[in-house]
Amino acid sequence: MTGGFEFIVALRFLREGRMQTALIIGGAAVGVGVIYFITAILTGVQGDLIRRVTGSQPHVVVKPLDEIAVPLIAPTDSAPRAASVQARPQRLTTIDGWPALLQRAEASPGVLAVAPVASGGALAVKGDSTRSVIITGTDLHRYLRVVRLDDKVVQGALRLEAGDALIGIDLAKDLGALPGDRFRVQSSDGRGEVFQIRALLDMGSRDLNRRTVYIALRPAQSLLNISGRITSIDVGARDFMQAAEVAARLRALTGLQAESWTQTNAQVFTALGNQTIMTRLIRLFVAIVVVLGIASVLVVSVVQKRKEIGILRAVGATSGQMQRVFLLQGAVVGFAGALTGTAFGLLLVAVFSGILRSASGTPLFVLEFDFNLMFVVLAVATVLGVVASVLPARNAARLDPAQAIRA
Amino acid sequence: MTTTALVSLSALRKIYNAGQPNEQEVLHGIDLTLQPGEFTALIGPSGSGKSTLLNILGLLESASDGVYRLNGDDVTLLDDDARTRARHATLGFIFQFHHLLPAFSALENVMLPAMMGGEGAQADTRQRAEGLLDAVGLRDAYHKKPAALSGGMQQRVAIARALIRAPRLVLADEPTGNLDTRSSDGIFELLRRFNREQGTAFMVVTHDPRLAARCDRIIELVDGRIATDRANVPVT
Repeated sequence: MTGGFEFIVALRFLREGRMQTALIIGGAAVGVGVIYFITAILTGVQGDLIRRVTGSQPHVVVKPLDEIAVPLIAPTDSAPRAASVQARPQRLTTIDGWPALLQRAEASPGVLAVAPVASGGALAVKGDSTRSVIITGTDLHRYLRVVRLDDKVVQGALRLEAGDALIGIDLAKDLGALPGDRFRVQSSDGRGEVFQIRALLDMGSRDLNRRTVYIALRPAQSLLNISGRITSIDVGARDFMQAAEVAARLRALTGLQAESWTQTNAQVFTALGNQTIMTRLIRLFVAIVVVLGIASVLVVSVVQKRKEIGILRAVGATSGQMQRVFLLQGAVVGFAGALTGTAFGLLLVAVFSGILRSASGTPLFVLEFDFNLMFVVLAVATVLGVVASVLPARNAARLDPAQAIRA
Repeated sequence: MTTTALVSLSALRKIYNAGQPNEQEVLHGIDLTLQPGEFTALIGPSGSGKSTLLNILGLLESASDGVYRLNGDDVTLLDDDARTRARHATLGFIFQFHHLLPAFSALENVMLPAMMGGEGAQADTRQRAEGLLDAVGLRDAYHKKPAALSGGMQQRVAIARALIRAPRLVLADEPTGNLDTRSSDGIFELLRRFNREQGTAFMVVTHDPRLAARCDRIIELVDGRIATDRANVPVT
């Protein structure tokens, strides 16, 4: 075992240059700490955003194809028929034979749960106040597995029998209603029905809280005059990041439109992607700065230790051994920097988790001991330390012992 | 004779900056044979090429021309690693300015050459190192750092270090160059004792005619050539 010699000399050299060693380990530690911190922030912000976006809507919505106006005579290059084709207004379209489709969609891979939905615009009326709302008629039992309404209940209890309704908290305020109160829902063609409010929901955005009314499937069908049919199948995916793939499969399976949350919230999804890229870039540059820092200190150290390297060479150390002495110093500095940096990063997270909060008031991120992440950080930092020391180590190996001793 | 010689140089030349305007020939064809156990002084004025010759003998530099045999093997054209191995196996060094590693204790400095070969963990290496420090009179200084030792003491540590792997030839570049007379005498006496007791050959560069007079053989180098090479009956 000749490794012992290199390791002992590497540690002594580091201990001898106490101040330099402390500074460079400190530098690496700050870098590692910052990487931990921004990773925690990113995870927190994105998690919060995704929870808010996907928490109140299904991962995938299967709905009928749009109606498109198709000219009867197809235009050709030589004979264009129409300068423009007016898009036709969309009727409330429905899915026929949905119970069979529902079963097939439920059995599709990646699908966690499905729920039939009859949804459309209506008016909510109570006393003098009238508000425009969107009614969603569904089977609560199935729907709860697609969208978790149970953690959105602010007041009351979840229950959705024929005469029951669950409404957004701001709508309740607008109507001046409380759980137990009754109000009337009226459709555009004059049909109306009275519902009793069972619970108030906080859907995470004011707009949704003003417009949301959940009722049972059958009353919705009769209000919208689509008895026996539904307007969409709402789907919960097992992994919400796989929603686009699940949507593609359902499109092929049903021949209908299937939109994932990543499509309906394309801007949010793009923003998330950009954030991730930005964070990766920052991490990359922090890592580069740390590597350059370690490298510059070791380059200076090789110059300072010229004579000692010369002596070691003269009394029998090979150039390979001298190279390893400096590679090991890089590894030790990287490892020690990652270790102190981990402590520093966790401290930052702990301090700021009490300060940085999301819009809903909950902490943006929490102190988490992710041992996998720590292991990866330690391993990567050690490897980067070695990478940083490649150039200085080569300088040490190339040093001419005769000249080094004379100097 | 040459087959059993410890060192044999023939027509050895050293040219610095060959082919450039500042080209300088430092050694002009040296022929030299050293026998095992010989105690030789290398003298000569400054700039006569003594240090260069010592570095070539020590395999720290390579010759520009000629042949160098060490233990009968041609080492003239060995690559860096092979030269390091040969140096590690056969040679010991003592420098003028002690050249100990400041971060290591006296005992560790002595053990370093053995540790490089992977012998560091063995208890007998430590025992040998302690024995050598005892022999140079530093029984109480095992764990002292070089900075805590006097110049003479540091040079004794360097001698112990040169001898830890029982080399066949020790090359000493003005080992007493910056010591007072009493310390020099003591150091020189030590070298002679190891030479007597262990049969180690020594090649000592010195400016001090008093010390040269205590060697078995005196080689005088002038302008890169051997001016005189004579046997000497050492004064004691």
